[in-house]
Amino acid sequence: MPRAQPQKHPFTDTTMQNETMKEPNAQDSSAVATNGQTQLRRLERIAAGEHLPSEIHPEIMDESAILEIKDFCLWYGAKQALFDVSMRIPAGKVTALIGPSGCGKSTLLRSVNRMNDLIDGVRTDGDMQLYDQSILAPDVDVIELRKMMGMVFQKPNPFPMSIFENVVYPLRIDGENNRAVLEEVCERSLRGAALWGEVKDRLHESGLSLSGGQQQRLCIARAIASEPEVLLLDEPCSALDPVSSGKVEDLISELAGQYTVLVVTHNMQQAARVSDYTAFMYLGHLIEYGKTEVIFSEPRLRETEDYTTGRFG
Amino acid sequence: MSIDTINDADSVSESPSPEPSSTPLKRRLVGGGQSLAARSEPMLWLHGGALVICVVMIIGLLLLVLYQGATTFWPVAITQVRTLDGDTVLGEVTRNDHYHLGYGDIGTFSEPVREEAVALLNPIFQKKLSKIEDRDGVAEFINRQSESVERSLQKLTSGLPQVVEAPAIQRNALTDGISQLLSAKQSSIETQVASDIKTALQADDTGAALFALWQSWQDAEAAWSSTPNPDAMLDAIQSDGDVLSSIYGNRFLTLQSFDVETAAHRRLFRTGNYELTNEHFTWVSDFATEPDSESDPEWAVLFERLTWGRFYGVPKELQVDGEATETDPQAVWAKFLELHPVVRDRWHQRRDLEISDTGQINHELEQARLDLRSIELANGKDSPEWEEANKQFLAEKEKLDKAFAEIRSQIQSLDDENDRYQMIVTTSTGQEHAIPLADIVRTYPANQLGFSERLGIYFSRWWEFLSDDPREANSEGGVFPAIWGTVVMTLLMSVVVVPFGVLAALYLREYAKAGLMVSIVRIAINNLAGVPSIVFGVFGLGFFCYLIGASIDQLFFEAKLPSPTFGTGGIMWAALTLALLTLPVVIVATEEALAAVPRSMREGSLACGATKWQTIRRIVLPRAMPGIMTGMILAMARGAGEVAPLMLVGAVKLAPELPMDGHVPFVHLERSFMHLGFHIYDLGFQSQNSEAAKPMVFTTTLLLIALIALMNLLAIGLRSRLKKKFAYSQF
Repeated sequence: MPRAQPQKHPFTDTTMQNETMKEPNAQDSSAVATNGQTQLRRLERIAAGEHLPSEIHPEIMDESAILEIKDFCLWYGAKQALFDVSMRIPAGKVTALIGPSGCGKSTLLRSVNRMNDLIDGVRTDGDMQLYDQSILAPDVDVIELRKMMGMVFQKPNPFPMSIFENVVYPLRIDGENNRAVLEEVCERSLRGAALWGEVKDRLHESGLSLSGGQQQRLCIARAIASEPEVLLLDEPCSALDPVSSGKVEDLISELAGQYTVLVVTHNMQQAARVSDYTAFMYLGHLIEYGKTEVIFSEPRLRETEDYTTGRFG
Repeated sequence: MSIDTINDADSVSESPSPEPSSTPLKRRLVGGGQSLAARSEPMLWLHGGALVICVVMIIGLLLLVLYQGATTFWPVAITQVRTLDGDTVLGEVTRNDHYHLGYGDIGTFSEPVREEAVALLNPIFQKKLSKIEDRDGVAEFINRQSESVERSLQKLTSGLPQVVEAPAIQRNALTDGISQLLSAKQSSIETQVASDIKTALQADDTGAALFALWQSWQDAEAAWSSTPNPDAMLDAIQSDGDVLSSIYGNRFLTLQSFDVETAAHRRLFRTGNYELTNEHFTWVSDFATEPDSESDPEWAVLFERLTWGRFYGVPKELQVDGEATETDPQAVWAKFLELHPVVRDRWHQRRDLEISDTGQINHELEQARLDLRSIELANGKDSPEWEEANKQFLAEKEKLDKAFAEIRSQIQSLDDENDRYQMIVTTSTGQEHAIPLADIVRTYPANQLGFSERLGIYFSRWWEFLSDDPREANSEGGVFPAIWGTVVMTLLMSVVVVPFGVLAALYLREYAKAGLMVSIVRIAINNLAGVPSIVFGVFGLGFFCYLIGASIDQLFFEAKLPSPTFGTGGIMWAALTLALLTLPVVIVATEEALAAVPRSMREGSLACGATKWQTIRRIVLPRAMPGIMTGMILAMARGAGEVAPLMLVGAVKLAPELPMDGHVPFVHLERSFMHLGFHIYDLGFQSQNSEAAKPMVFTTTLLLIALIALMNLLAIGLRSRLKKKFAYSQF
């Protein structure tokens, strides 16, 4: 993997770059002290309400973006939760959002299919474009938008109905009642979610009778049933045991390429394993965004390294 | 925590242990030891005790209703006793109790009964006086009582008619005279009375002597009281000192006798035969019965009749066309069993003719009249159209009258045939009474029945109760129309209240933005649950019956006016009123159920691109359904047991005509109906024959409770099936 050339990147601030161009492996005491100082400075400045430009790696500009977030801000009532987030989400790739709790990664994810509309007092600024079309414009059909985005939540939330009905729910609400179509979609989605083998003989049992990991894969099957453009995964493994998590991770890797996946996770290893690109967020600010290997091995910013290695956060 | 450790703790805290080092640790381990609240046991006892009290009260009530209700229909033996008055009482013993018999009661008894009563009371009276004598002497006691004795004497005197009528001057002279005499001769009178009583108490036959004394004093007082004028009365006591002391003694004994009473056992006999005796029940005190006169006559037979209630007697002969065919009870009974079913069949035929065929003709006639009336309203009387219609109407009427006469003649011939058969029954007093066979609903020789026959009668009575119309001011027969009315009214109410309540709750919980307005609405709904139900009744009467109902009558049933169709109480208005009453229950329960649907499920659905309504319909409502069912169960239980508002909006004492029949439009929601709750009230408090109605009150209550329990069980079964479907197994 070639090392990124930070100087070429238009958004990169040179002063900051100088601070972070240190050898990451340097273990001498002075280097550590400087690191700590820098980190404190940058994060303290953000905590103090200052906005610092994000460190965005240039490779991302080479990818074709399906979703482009431009200077997106969001307020819950008077409290601002996202500050001028700008991201390009590459098509057909897995993009992970990482960061400590409360950093706004779930909020960003939920803004993509406008689930935040359901919360009273949410206000946004900036823009998000799917295929060069704004999704925040007032005339956008939210229902159609959501149909283009499958979403999977932190806690498995199968509906109180049969496995079959759970999977074909997106089609049912579209009024599709053709049994053959439904069955075909059900099988395809369940195979896609690697659940077909486990449930094919009991499609008419309640979705709630499955185990937690199976329930989460059922939710993924539901999310891909309507063949969405983007798959939004909000900490999909946080309520699952390691074995189930592993299955869901394998699934995410398989889904990459077929779908554009945006995944929020708290688990560094998971982000490193499944994603192509990783964005590190802190207190509503996008700090660094780049290829996953780079972010986890040689990030531009000390803060990112500290977070991914567990020194802070 | 085991009992042992608690005991350890107590012993530790009471007597310091020899090793002080282990004590604090031990105390800590068993939970403080000092504070009562630090141990959970006292609260456990409190909570458990509260539960036990609740359960005992509820179970006690249920057991009472169950026992009283279930035993009503059991056929008991028919007992015959002779009283000392010379009466013979024949009937079923329905109640046993004890009452206080005192000297005050014996005035109402006839001579032989009074003797028995006096014989019961005298020893007690005598014992009382002996006790007074033993304690502080009769004279001393009389002295202490002198004031009340004098007051009693004055009261007696001033109440006598000749004194009341006398001029005031004479009245005052008499009362003053008595007072003066008493104060002058107080001690001598008291001594006299006391010595008389003491003498009597020392006599060989104490009782007889005492009561001879009392008797003589009473006679003296009676003689004095009948003196024609106050002056003469004053003279009498002034001239003869014995008179005053006799009266004084009598007053004293009478006053003392008020405290003397004994518990007497009595039984309530259901004697029936109302047309002969003018009563259904007779109390018979044990002391007033002739010894060894009690028996269970072999051929005592109970008749349940269409009218006049029950009849008890011994069959004497069976008459056909006025001729006695059988005269021996056995043979009469055999013949009766042979004839009765045939006669009853004819009676059923006759009733069917009367109800359905005559009813049909009446209905057609009424329809024809209404048609004519609408033409009259539309075109005016004496218009050519009306003339034409009137002609038609008259022709129709003539035709119907002819059909009616034919049915009447059929009924008459059936009646004539039935009238040929009657049974002559001898009552306990020897009277003979003819009972037409057609009038007999059920009859049995109670004292010859085996257990299985009794069981048969028991269940046949239950069946009649459940399936038949009421008779005899509801105290006999069945309650089928009331069961029907209760069930249909409750179902109608549920059908109305559940959709409305659910829709309202959905708006409040899903669509309305939380704020002041929603809070006010919610508080108003909760308050609605606390409004007295009679207020809903008044509202229902005013709004539904008189406003909406009257408007409907004006628009659609003009021909029938002034007699109202919807403008009066009816099953639909009752159901709507109760729906209003139970609406808060449904709304609150539904809101709770909706709030309990996890947010994640709604989000999951919305994220799939479902609209809000699709989410509610497909996810939220099915998930909330068990909770909604709970609300419905509560509403049904509340509605089915409610009586007060129904009295105003359509429940009536007697409505054998069900709100559903064979005439178009088959369902008549405007009709008034019978309701079990109202039936209970009517039986218990409006019945002429309250003693006979009392067991029916319990039986009807039992039935109502069973009905509500059944409806609830059905709903609960449905709910548990739904719940199973949504059982959440996370891992």
